[in-house]
Amino acid sequence: MLLRLEQRPEVSKSMVYASPLIAVVLTILTAMVMFALLGVDPVKAIATFFIEPISTLDGLAELCVKATPLILIGVGLALGFQANVWNIGAEGQLIIGALAGGGLALAFYDHSSIFLVPAMLVSGVIGGMAWAAIPAWLKTRYNTNEILTSLMLTYVGLLVLSYLVHGPWKDPEGQNFPESRLFHESALLPILIDETRLNVGWLLALLVVVAGWLLISRHIIGFQIKVIGMAPMAARFAGFKEKRLIWLTLLISGGCAGLAGVIELSGAIGQIVPSISPGYGFTAIIVAFLGRLHPVGVFFAGLLMALTYLGGDSAQITMNMPNAVIGVFQGMLLFFLLASDVLIRYRVRIGPHKVQAEVAE
Amino acid sequence: MHLKSKLGGAAAAAVLAFGLSTAAQAQMKVGFVYVGPIGDHGWNYQHHQGLLALKKALGSKVTTTHVEKVAENADATRVITKLASTGHNLIFTTSFGYMNPTNKAAKRFPKVTFEHATGYKRLSPNVSTYSARFYEGRYVVGKIVGKMTKTNTIGYVASFPIPEVIRGINATYLSAKSVNPKIKIKVVWVSTWYDPGKEADAAKTLIDQGADVIMQHTDSPAPLQVAEKRGVYAVGQASDMRNFGKKAHLTAIVNNWAPYYLARTKAVMDGSWKQQDTWHGFKEGMVKMAPYNSAIPAEVVKLAEDTRKGIIAGTIHPFEGEIRDQSGKIRIPAGKRADDGLMAGMNFYVQGVDGTIPK
Repeated sequence: MLLRLEQRPEVSKSMVYASPLIAVVLTILTAMVMFALLGVDPVKAIATFFIEPISTLDGLAELCVKATPLILIGVGLALGFQANVWNIGAEGQLIIGALAGGGLALAFYDHSSIFLVPAMLVSGVIGGMAWAAIPAWLKTRYNTNEILTSLMLTYVGLLVLSYLVHGPWKDPEGQNFPESRLFHESALLPILIDETRLNVGWLLALLVVVAGWLLISRHIIGFQIKVIGMAPMAARFAGFKEKRLIWLTLLISGGCAGLAGVIELSGAIGQIVPSISPGYGFTAIIVAFLGRLHPVGVFFAGLLMALTYLGGDSAQITMNMPNAVIGVFQGMLLFFLLASDVLIRYRVRIGPHKVQAEVAE
Repeated sequence: MHLKSKLGGAAAAAVLAFGLSTAAQAQMKVGFVYVGPIGDHGWNYQHHQGLLALKKALGSKVTTTHVEKVAENADATRVITKLASTGHNLIFTTSFGYMNPTNKAAKRFPKVTFEHATGYKRLSPNVSTYSARFYEGRYVVGKIVGKMTKTNTIGYVASFPIPEVIRGINATYLSAKSVNPKIKIKVVWVSTWYDPGKEADAAKTLIDQGADVIMQHTDSPAPLQVAEKRGVYAVGQASDMRNFGKKAHLTAIVNNWAPYYLARTKAVMDGSWKQQDTWHGFKEGMVKMAPYNSAIPAEVVKLAEDTRKGIIAGTIHPFEGEIRDQSGKIRIPAGKRADDGLMAGMNFYVQGVDGTIPK
């Protein structure tokens, strides 16, 4: 074999944090080449993609609205991923959380109360936690693989949603179309800036970022999470309760996803529809890794990822580009991130393995 | 003096810029929001054909914009708002799930005109709704498939159990039954409008269960392609799909939005636009039949054409009594025709259709 990867003896810590930036820069440069080949002015295209969407107040508000679920879920997932607990089913937890909160809004449709929104948020968190508790129980009790169970439960969650909007929760005056009635005013999250959709959900996302950061870097649990992820044997010798951490990380990530779901529903949509989320639970996995599994990193990664969606709108509206550019952008971003991560951990060597000779020297 | 001339120049430039910007505002900008990719060769493709026809007809008098694959959730409101706030005077939102987002945006932008396809809410005076009587096409197709099937079994790939889809299944069955009393219709629900993989799997299952004509109420040509491969017939959806299966493609029910889009755009331009609820069929040209396959015998083509002409003339109505539902209850009494309200909310299978509507 001519090319091979050789593990670096030491991984540069600054490079680990620099690699997302390198990936972003490489993505932009490659995109510019792509635009030039398509016959579009590359500078204008990049400006349309990254600057135009956030050049207005409404645009900035929309960026935050779009980033809210990504950040919320991303922070929760990052904690679990650090402990080697792979919750891939945040999408399902989001849906069940949304249903738990949204169901409350429908149940108290005729009541207006200042307690309705807080109750919805709490029940959203509980709903998401309950859905994540199933993989947690299966893993701690039967040692099942949480990647599979949490992922499969996503499809169960989707079917529950589909059943409810086609059946019992269908708008009675909705001509049989699969969506619930519009929520009452008092079931909607308060708007922060008039004439935009920026709502209290954004503040909750910021709060979760701070809480996540405190937990991981200042609390003993965060320390345990990191140790168990990096050295499971050492954690066991130290007497950390592994099962408890599995439960904890799954419940936290499930609760965050459930909260994201209910915020999306009562903040941005205002009714229960058959497709609450365009895959936030899955996109948040990319966000978590792009953010280096650190709550603050996740915050910026969430904003960046949200920007690629908004940029896609602008590219279509202002420059008549196809929707596929969004996918190309996100794909390149992930590709360059993984590629730079590999090169940070390994170096490329040409020629056959020469360890023997090096030792002899 | 020098300063003065400079100021004068600036003022002139400002006036010029202002003049240009008002000129730009007078320019007609039409936005389209699609739920799927324009390359689906079905629902979204046909709306986009309408956009292209609009561009061709009005040339430089109109600028068009389209945004594809817009999910029917929080994204829809964002995209519609963005179009409304970037100078679009007329916005067509072409999927049912955009109903509430469209009405929200209409309330916020009273000067922009909105047209929502397949919905029923018109909460502000600047929102109209429009849809096509696709069931008329299904009724014509029913005559053909009823005659063409050897196994007396029609396979039907269905999306979601909403009135629109149920109406299509009923119209097909009633029509096919009228020419073939032994007809059976098998329905597979795929819970998606566009997923070529799922649609193809459903078609395969239906063929394995004995269906030799595949119909679909989903947007991709995948079921037709499966039919072509397996040597059975199929009916195209939304657009003329014959290039995806020349032998299988009996005909297709074509959604022809172009005349409506042109008329409504002109109406906005000359100020005659008014809120309305449009439900057009063969008569107005919003629904059309694609060319018939040469494998269809001439007398069957004549039967189909007579049906189509009868619908246009008003002598034939797909839902004319007596029509019972599966439980045997009379829904449309003998001699009566279903009114638009009953058809718009149709949530029952007619007697003879097997299976139950998923809840």
